[in-house]
Amino acid sequence: MLTDIMLGQYFPGNSFVHKLDPRSKIVLTLTFITSIFLATNYIAYLTVGLFICMIVLVSGIPVKIVLRSIKPLWIILLLTAGIHLFMTPGTTLVAWGPLSITDEGVKQGVQMSARLIYLILISSLLTFTTSPIALTDAIERLLSPLKRVKLPVHELAMMMTIALRFVPTLLEETDRIMKAQMARGADFTSGNIIKRGQNMVPILVPLFISAFRRADELATAMEARCYRGGENRTRMKELQLGLRDVVAAMVLAVLIGLLGWLRWG
Amino acid sequence: MSIELQNISYTYMPGTPYCREALREVSLTIEPGEFIGIIGHTGSGKSTLVQHLNGLLRPTAGSVKLNGSEMHERKKSLKLVRQKVGMVFQYPEHQLFEETVFDDVAFGPRNLGLSNDEVQERVESALECVGLNVAEMSKRSPFRLSGGQMRRVAIAGVIALRPEYLVLDEPSAGLDPCGRDEIYAQILQLYRSSGMAVVLVTHNMEDVARMAKRLLVMDHGRIRYDGPPAALFHDETIQLHDFGVSLPHVTALLKTLRARGLDLDDTLQDEDAVVEAIQAALQRKRDSSC
Repeated sequence: MLTDIMLGQYFPGNSFVHKLDPRSKIVLTLTFITSIFLATNYIAYLTVGLFICMIVLVSGIPVKIVLRSIKPLWIILLLTAGIHLFMTPGTTLVAWGPLSITDEGVKQGVQMSARLIYLILISSLLTFTTSPIALTDAIERLLSPLKRVKLPVHELAMMMTIALRFVPTLLEETDRIMKAQMARGADFTSGNIIKRGQNMVPILVPLFISAFRRADELATAMEARCYRGGENRTRMKELQLGLRDVVAAMVLAVLIGLLGWLRWG
Repeated sequence: MSIELQNISYTYMPGTPYCREALREVSLTIEPGEFIGIIGHTGSGKSTLVQHLNGLLRPTAGSVKLNGSEMHERKKSLKLVRQKVGMVFQYPEHQLFEETVFDDVAFGPRNLGLSNDEVQERVESALECVGLNVAEMSKRSPFRLSGGQMRRVAIAGVIALRPEYLVLDEPSAGLDPCGRDEIYAQILQLYRSSGMAVVLVTHNMEDVARMAKRLLVMDHGRIRYDGPPAALFHDETIQLHDFGVSLPHVTALLKTLRARGLDLDDTLQDEDAVVEAIQAALQRKRDSSC
């Protein structure tokens, strides 16, 4: 049912990748994504691919699960590959009427799709190996310089944390309410769009009521523990950069060096 | 004519690290007119089990039959199943959504496609069943009622389906002792007057010991005991504590007194009878020692 949906899709583990500081993971991921653009030939793309394979192996996340993350975006992938395949001018390889595939088209199509796949894979690896809470923590710390320009960084991060925290709770709640109404003969799977929309009312009303109730209770509980925003707030688990993060940065530097050499060397 | 579960297993989120086996090869037959109590500690699989009774969950393995026909064969048959097997969830008041009490209770009967007169008749009798005044209640908003009243409206919403089997998952959770007694008294009365089978899920031994004729003890997704409650309390081979449940207070007291040498019948359940028995036993002891 609904609760089977993996959200935040965090995969608990104990690997090198899991143990990296979330801040360095975010920065390194962004750097990696940028460095993909250095690749211009098949060998460079292959290198990047091997590098991702290496991270997957080190992280210990089942390959099947990692590959599953591409599935929701296959239409975009197909479109990208198709457009590049047919629309790039150059030496014609095959032609059907107005459609023609060119040598350059094949190259572009393959490389653009590879680029997209790499992008999806590496960003899912980030969410696979980092708990949502660690992610928002890291984002808060990374954005903290923006406090000088009066951006409420702490409040934004807290909102994100709370929202993430309650997604599974609300999913569970939705599941329960749906089952309760189904037990009373409600039907959510048949009828036209308008009918189906009407059928949602018995779910949405109780769901909203419970969401507001939870929000209210949480606010009271936070106030009861003297929560007053981010001013002078300390943390139980301080984020700390370690040797691991240096090693990871060096590995990435080697990859970037290799890509640079393949391009200009 | 019965609900039959054959070797059903259920696993939540298979193939992920969150995968959890909630039921392991459970077999169970529920006959019409039975009063069954299901007891077990949190996470023993009792809620998962009862959600199979009306086809809300589809077992990962095994089969569920209602009156001899497979429940999950066709989508149509599921609707019929849900009319025959009524299900009251934990905190059922959280499912209320209509503007008036009447409309909320009428939700189920209207989904059955009944005529307006029939709906009206069913709603009124269901509200009476749970001890709510029809004239006073039916035009009020369910959200302006007290917690206990809201729960009774929600239960009425299921009773109005006129099921042959009524499943109640922790109907007394979060109610004060007074509200709890009232709810149980109404369930018992409904059971006696309508003849529908009742399946009561709880982790409170007191409730089941008094009402259920047949008791199921669940632990780690398996049924560990299936039989009359009295026999369970006196079976020395079963360590109830291992299953995370305890004896009813009355039985525990009688057992302790017996162990201390008082001649008592420890199968008694009714509190007044127990008080009398203890007094009589004390008297006998005094007489014999003089």
